[in-house]
Amino acid sequence: MIFVTVGSDTPFDRLIKTIDRWAFENSRRDVFAQIGRNAWKPQFVAYSEMLGPHDFKRHVNAARVVVGHAGMGTILTALQLNTPLLVMPRRGAMGETRNNHQVDTARELECIKGVDVALDERSLIEKLQFIDDAKNSVSISSHADESLTSSIREFIHRHKQS
Amino acid sequence: MLMKEIENETRPRVLAISSGGGHWIQLLRIRAAFDGCEVTYATVDDGYAADVENGSFARIPNGNLWSVWSLLRSAFGVGCLLVKLRPEVIVTTGAAPGYFAVMFGKFIGARTVWLDSMANAGGLSSSGRKAMRFADLCLTQWRHLTGDNGPHFRGAVFNSSALT
Repeated sequence: MIFVTVGSDTPFDRLIKTIDRWAFENSRRDVFAQIGRNAWKPQFVAYSEMLGPHDFKRHVNAARVVVGHAGMGTILTALQLNTPLLVMPRRGAMGETRNNHQVDTARELECIKGVDVALDERSLIEKLQFIDDAKNSVSISSHADESLTSSIREFIHRHKQS
Repeated sequence: MLMKEIENETRPRVLAISSGGGHWIQLLRIRAAFDGCEVTYATVDDGYAADVENGSFARIPNGNLWSVWSLLRSAFGVGCLLVKLRPEVIVTTGAAPGYFAVMFGKFIGARTVWLDSMANAGGLSSSGRKAMRFADLCLTQWRHLTGDNGPHFRGAVFNSSALT
């Protein structure tokens, strides 16, 4: 199954429309999309507006590959569950987020094994042609850098002890 | 029982709070920071309670910049939670509920940590820039965003450069 997700915040019709057209033209029946509330409704692919946290994880785990927006929830869940990932960042100028941060995130994380980035619809269509060859992402540990957690721990206990 | 009470008196009361999705996952990834604390986790969906079976959990109303009404509701919910819990330390990964927690935290004398989301590789988030005025410790997850008076860099929720 190819699991498509736009996250829980706002719809991302540009992504869903592109996927829906691609799935129709290639007779792909193995696509399931989470599209967000008040979103454009796909004509061809099966979809759900929202998924609870448990169902979201279950879909990412079961998916052969995840195609999503470049949100940290999508990226971290795919990496934690070792599922290949293709992301298209939302754009601030198109009102898809308040700023262009997803483009920055995507550019920074593009170098990670198993994470692929399509900056626009044309690139997405090109990358979808090879989606069945997507390689597993690297798996990441379930914890943050030790330097980060120890700094915060130290901050918490600093005054308590003095 | 008595031992337990004594232990709780010396364990800092911590509120770990965020909105859902990526913010929440990032908060879970720094859980080791709360070892030895009496921690309450707060976020916007009851479905996340299963992630923290060993800690206490509170649900707060979500708020985002698209809707003023949702922001007011979220601010009120966070304010009530702070009055009830009286945390000594507040740690947040954003976004709007975390901002309210850091801002109101000042009034109840809590010390506060803002960890800006890893999503903000190009500059601190808008809520992060506002929170910087109130937070005692403001952290970014990107070394290139470090400033003299903050935000500081101490590491990230995962090490992306090791995965290339």
